[in-house]
Amino acid sequence: MADLITYREAVAEGIAREMRRDPSVVCLGEDIGAAGGVFKTTVGLLDEFGPGRVWDTPISEQAITGAAMGAAMTGLRPVAEIMFSDFLACCWEYLANEIPKVRYMTGGQVTVPLVVRTANGGGLGFGAQHSQAVENWVFTVPGLKIAAPSSPADLVGLTAAAIRSDDPVVVFEHKGLFASKGAPAPPDHVVELGQASVIREGSDVTLVALASTVRTAVEAAERLAAEDISVEVIDLRCLVPLDVRTVLASLERTSRLVVVEENPYQGGWGGTLVSLVADEGFHLLDAPIKRVASACVPLPFADALEERVIPTADGVADEIRALAAY
Amino acid sequence: MTVDTAVTSASGTAADTELVQLLTPEGERVPHEHYDTLIDDITADEIRDLYRDLTMSRRIDSEAIALQRQGELGLWASLLGQEAAQVGSARALRPQDHVFPTYREHGVAWCRGVDPAQLLGLFRGVDQGSWDPKENNFHLYTIVIGAQTLHATGYAMGVQRDGAIGTGDPERDAAVLAYFGDGATSQGDVNEAFIWAGVNNAPVVFFCQNNQWAISEPLERQTRVPLYRRAHGFGFPGLRVDGNDVLACLAVSREALQRARDGEGPSLIEAFTYRMGAHTTSDDASRYRLDSELESWRLKDPVERVKAYMTREKMADQAFFDGVEAEAEQLAEHLRTTCRSMPDPHPTTIFDHVYVDTPPTLRAQQEEMARYLDSFVDEKEAQ
Repeated sequence: MADLITYREAVAEGIAREMRRDPSVVCLGEDIGAAGGVFKTTVGLLDEFGPGRVWDTPISEQAITGAAMGAAMTGLRPVAEIMFSDFLACCWEYLANEIPKVRYMTGGQVTVPLVVRTANGGGLGFGAQHSQAVENWVFTVPGLKIAAPSSPADLVGLTAAAIRSDDPVVVFEHKGLFASKGAPAPPDHVVELGQASVIREGSDVTLVALASTVRTAVEAAERLAAEDISVEVIDLRCLVPLDVRTVLASLERTSRLVVVEENPYQGGWGGTLVSLVADEGFHLLDAPIKRVASACVPLPFADALEERVIPTADGVADEIRALAAY
Repeated sequence: MTVDTAVTSASGTAADTELVQLLTPEGERVPHEHYDTLIDDITADEIRDLYRDLTMSRRIDSEAIALQRQGELGLWASLLGQEAAQVGSARALRPQDHVFPTYREHGVAWCRGVDPAQLLGLFRGVDQGSWDPKENNFHLYTIVIGAQTLHATGYAMGVQRDGAIGTGDPERDAAVLAYFGDGATSQGDVNEAFIWAGVNNAPVVFFCQNNQWAISEPLERQTRVPLYRRAHGFGFPGLRVDGNDVLACLAVSREALQRARDGEGPSLIEAFTYRMGAHTTSDDASRYRLDSELESWRLKDPVERVKAYMTREKMADQAFFDGVEAEAEQLAEHLRTTCRSMPDPHPTTIFDHVYVDTPPTLRAQQEEMARYLDSFVDEKEAQ
């Protein structure tokens, strides 16, 4: 078996592959050059592609996203880094009000094929303003696509699809996964946006997860296997497009649904997913739907408290046990 | 059209940039016609106090770095090299003035009377800032770059509306001091703060510690002109001060704060200094900057120059310096002991203070967690 690579390394690998393939791809962001990114996710890009294509920017999230939009209008394919996803709030005008509306408001005459990639999520004790899972913020904005990979190979494949997409895509890289390892992506690996992946088959309960909660879901499923509860785990991989088909197909076998999200329960993406399931697959269900999501509080700093906010494998397993017995 | 070529570099040159300096790196007092008048009341006792503040600030910093290396803190943002900028500006404050710091203002916190052990709670991750901002008029550390400049501007407009400027009463007139760095000057909100403060004539002093580096990005990545010159475009005065000179920082801050208290509006101070350490303990500065640059700034050390000045002017003897050192050691012991004994917060506190009036759904979650945790107690008792 080939050597494993880290999720962290897969970020630079995914970008570098596209930069080699397409000279119109450029990167911009804070500390992405000589420093190699504050999470060391852009190591090697400056050396390979030079400052003409890897731009260290002033500390100005509005300018990073606004200029990425302008650059995309010229035919470049900018890959903009917002260091922490919490800072999407610093450039929300461009992300919510400008970028997703360009194509629509110009009657399809102008497209902005850009990627905003950002380090998302908690579990590392970074406090209230550097730990949030904010994929649900972006989920509220029509016009944006959303990828949130859970493995190094998916990260490479989804980054490729995101950069090649003519629609703007926000790629959430999860901070808690940077050190995790997985098989490297095969050459020319592209994961089409909006294709969920069944990563563990099962017959009793369907467990839908995204990014960091995939690991949580698999842990819960493994624990429950010992109790003869068979859990099918689906990694959504993208929120827009949202692959409801794969979820419904799974429910035809299991008839029970649990969703595990890292964003807060209130306004979390699972609410939309389960409403779609209720609309289109109510007849498939034999039990109530359960959502496990973060508590509706800001992220605490203390490790011992953060663990209480973000869903755990124990908590997910408890919900599934209750549901399996329903 | 003419182009002002003199202002097209971020650092500026000696020829085009005036740097206010009252104490050379060698500790020699430089006379200054104007700024001398702002510190001519400073006694030898007060010089000794400034030295003590500088030393204690540095000791807080070195102890915190050691605690981080021992795994007692998750992170620390070092102030090393910036002690004079912080102490000089903070000692120009009056009790009623309000301070909005970044996450690096440990020396300012010290001068404002915040127990430095409380700073460690934040970096240990047991709280998100536990001191009462009203107790010392020292706001909690702002982590998101530059955001505090608008908080400060709004606060200053509140002060203005309270009529707490321009009365001539030294115990009533108040100013607001906003700290930020060179990197923050690129943020949109900082520029908006400048505009608001300018057009509203708000009593706020923008104190920029230009430490030359924003994580890995040098000053040239943030600006084409010396930062203090930006103030001109926003309609208020700006100046550059030697940020490693505590007396000069004290003098220019006193003047700017008094301007604000008198109702004459905002000012920008660019304290030209250097971040001697990495951005934080999570950063490795050797990846992006040269040791030679560090060496040249080491010769401008802000603490050593005061010590040299005091020795030359016979304001202090070895017994004094030893006494300060012993006091710093005591402070370090206090920090170590307090830090290690900080309790982990109770799990149910995650629900505290999310709302003033907690919604029923959230209260239900809190009660459910409490029941869940209590169930373990019952199990233990049953055994």
